[in-house]
Amino acid sequence: MSQTSPRAGFIVGLLTAAALCAWFGAQVPGVSSGQAMVLVVDWIPRLGIDLAFRLDGLSLLFCLLITGIGVLVMLYTSSYFKTHRDQGRLQWLLFAFMLAMVGVVTADNVLLLFVFWELTTITSFLLVGFDHENRKARRAAMQALIITGGGGLILLVGLLMAADIAGTYRVSEMIASGDVIKEHHLYEIVLVLILVGAFTKSAQFPFHFWLPNAMAAPSPVSAYLHSATMVKAGIYLLARFQPSLGGTEIWFYTLSIVGAITAVWSSIMALRQTDLKLMLAWTTVMALGTLTLFLGSDVRIAVLAAMTFLLVHAFYKCALFLVIGNVDYATGTREVDRLGGLMKVLPVTGVVALAAGFSMAGFPPFLGFIGKELKYEGALAIAGEPYLIAAAALAANAMMVAIALAIVIRVFLKGKTRSDREHIREVPWRMWSGPLLLAAAGLLTGIFPDLLAKSIIQPALSEVLLQETTVKLSLWHGINVPLLMSIATVTIGFVLFLKSVTIRNRLNQWMSAWPVTGDRAYQSALGGTERFSRRATDRIQSGSLSQYLTIIFSVFVVSVALVWVTQRVSMDLSSLTEVPLLALVICTLMIGATVVVAVSRSRLLAICALGIVGSGVAILFLIFGAIDVAITQLMVETLFVVLIAAVMIKLPKFPGKEHPGAAGGFRDASIAIGCGLVIGLITIAVGLSPLDLSITEFYEAASLPEAYGRNIVNVILVDFRALDTLGEVAVVASAALAVIALVTVKTQRRSS
Amino acid sequence: MNSIIFRTVSRLLMGLMLLFSLFLLWRGHNEPGGGFIGGLVAAAGLVVYGLADGPDSMRQILRADPRSIALSGLLIAVLSGIMPLVSGSEFLTGLWLFIGATATDKGLALGTPLLFDIGVYLTVVGGVVGMVIAIEESL
Repeated sequence: MSQTSPRAGFIVGLLTAAALCAWFGAQVPGVSSGQAMVLVVDWIPRLGIDLAFRLDGLSLLFCLLITGIGVLVMLYTSSYFKTHRDQGRLQWLLFAFMLAMVGVVTADNVLLLFVFWELTTITSFLLVGFDHENRKARRAAMQALIITGGGGLILLVGLLMAADIAGTYRVSEMIASGDVIKEHHLYEIVLVLILVGAFTKSAQFPFHFWLPNAMAAPSPVSAYLHSATMVKAGIYLLARFQPSLGGTEIWFYTLSIVGAITAVWSSIMALRQTDLKLMLAWTTVMALGTLTLFLGSDVRIAVLAAMTFLLVHAFYKCALFLVIGNVDYATGTREVDRLGGLMKVLPVTGVVALAAGFSMAGFPPFLGFIGKELKYEGALAIAGEPYLIAAAALAANAMMVAIALAIVIRVFLKGKTRSDREHIREVPWRMWSGPLLLAAAGLLTGIFPDLLAKSIIQPALSEVLLQETTVKLSLWHGINVPLLMSIATVTIGFVLFLKSVTIRNRLNQWMSAWPVTGDRAYQSALGGTERFSRRATDRIQSGSLSQYLTIIFSVFVVSVALVWVTQRVSMDLSSLTEVPLLALVICTLMIGATVVVAVSRSRLLAICALGIVGSGVAILFLIFGAIDVAITQLMVETLFVVLIAAVMIKLPKFPGKEHPGAAGGFRDASIAIGCGLVIGLITIAVGLSPLDLSITEFYEAASLPEAYGRNIVNVILVDFRALDTLGEVAVVASAALAVIALVTVKTQRRSS
Repeated sequence: MNSIIFRTVSRLLMGLMLLFSLFLLWRGHNEPGGGFIGGLVAAAGLVVYGLADGPDSMRQILRADPRSIALSGLLIAVLSGIMPLVSGSEFLTGLWLFIGATATDKGLALGTPLLFDIGVYLTVVGGVVGMVIAIEESL
């Protein structure tokens, strides 16, 4: 694919993304007034599977993010990879990923949803492994594929069960059957299966470790997949199924606990990092954990916090990933300890970093501040465990402040960069315009939150809560508990930032002593599977032909004989007709020839004797009037002897030691005789059973008037059942091609 | 196999077998025979010739690559199935043409089943001969 034109992929992708984004934007008024758009195309009508798409408030929120950020990321990529030979491949993959992602959030049929879900997995595998000559990238891609792909398969089972219980494959109709699902005795299993799908995709504990590893992907890919879109697919799923599956205790506790652990643990891990990109990756895991946490409850304010934070996070995180990409591009490093004072040389990128970082830290007047206030308000409103959730949110947010400050102050404001580059200069416009837009969006929507509240967030919220609701966002709520918590957050965050080097060292000491990590568990599970399969394969596929044949024929004899004995098959031999003398003579000859084949020590003799057996069969056919079959048998036999003779003669003489010996000889002989007996008995039994002649009679009657042929065998072959013959000829042709290819390759390898 | 007698006889034999194979192919619809058997007979004749004169001479006499022969056979068979589609029948329905037919005699009957059989014939010849040539050349 490296030959594909980079420009073609770029232009097609960019134009489609822009057109889709504009179209989705144009749907905002319609959808926000509560009208969902529906498109249904038949796919497999016999199975009741259709291509059903539905665009409602929740889908629209995601669609706008996916296509809007898609435009910016594609623009960015075209400059970031300007001279890369595989830029075309990357652009096409980004494009394909975007379409798959739009499919995920608009699919209304669970099977369709699954198909798109796995399509995003596959495209993300290719995107993470973009730098395929790098071992680390390959491993990360494989890990992401195994974990999210495996989660997808588990999700499929859950979706199918849910569909079966609800009696519909439509996601939108499942909501109406929510109570039926929740009261069903399999509800817990369905829930766990679907949650595993969502948790793997959205990197929730304990599946979180693939996301930081996936940072082996290029920066724009991480910005797109690992902050704004793909990892949010799991969040989308949770929000989408919240009305039909949520509202129960198990839903609430699972999501709250998993989300809280993920958020706190990953923000601690983020403090440990020195690579800026890894820092961001861990904070993304934290954000996903927070989203899961808030979707656990169906309290209005909690869900509103989740929906708002989803947007907040997409804006600042995508911008920051691209900023890190710029830093890496300009200086050649992402290590926080080597960077400093970049504001002077990268002014635009610096301003973006400042704005996005402050939004991340939740400073007013950025949208991040509103997001954080809502989170605290939501946490306190959750009925079950308000303090636990509020504490988790506070801890995670404080660490987030520390990280945001580290990026803004350490990298851009203070210190000096130690880089190998002589001149560090600002990146091209295509690389700063996207992040600048995102950062500006974070600021603008912070100051004028009504830009988003009514049109985007409110419809999405109504979809999750299943009721009309009015959203009003504002920066200033007066002095209340959330504001006090905010102040506490910033203070703790600032202290953490000042002590960050000490904390990092301490954490590293602990972590090296930490016994289990998800990554290590993954590695040993993978290694174990590989070892097991290698051992099993070695055992089963020993490479010895005689062993294979022994197994195949023994199984055949034993299984048929077992059926014969247990079913008490009896035969009435008195009805057998007399055998013609000539046939008896031929049979005797064939038996003699078979014995020669078995005991002969000369290959040529064995082959000739084998030829006698085959020709004997042909003569038997002739005696009983099957001329066509007889000729075919004779020709096949001739060709067989010629080929086998040509091959066998080239082989070395029978080596004495490979001869099986007395015990082996006895074993082989008994298997051979057993096979013969079984086949013989089957043949006699078939001959004795009454034959239904109606098909034969049909062919006899129809052959001449309908197909103008008197040779029924051939008329069947070329007319009545010509399709079978066509299949057989195709097999002949492909088998011949395969043999020719195999043999020729071997010959060429030997001669070279 | 450097035997002048075998080489002389093999040529004669091949000619006869090729003729016989065409005969089998043609009469197959009404008497014992057919494309598959015909193809096997032709292949056997060619293989015997190849045994005497070597695989290169087999290639020369075929002119075309055996793989192409096999695949064009397959193509012809598929074509014979597509032809009835044009006239609105099902895939692989037999279409017939009776040249010089009278009230009592059907005359020369040509139909898509014959074309199909020719396809089978060519596939078998190309496939078998191709395999034999490849194996003989590898030895």
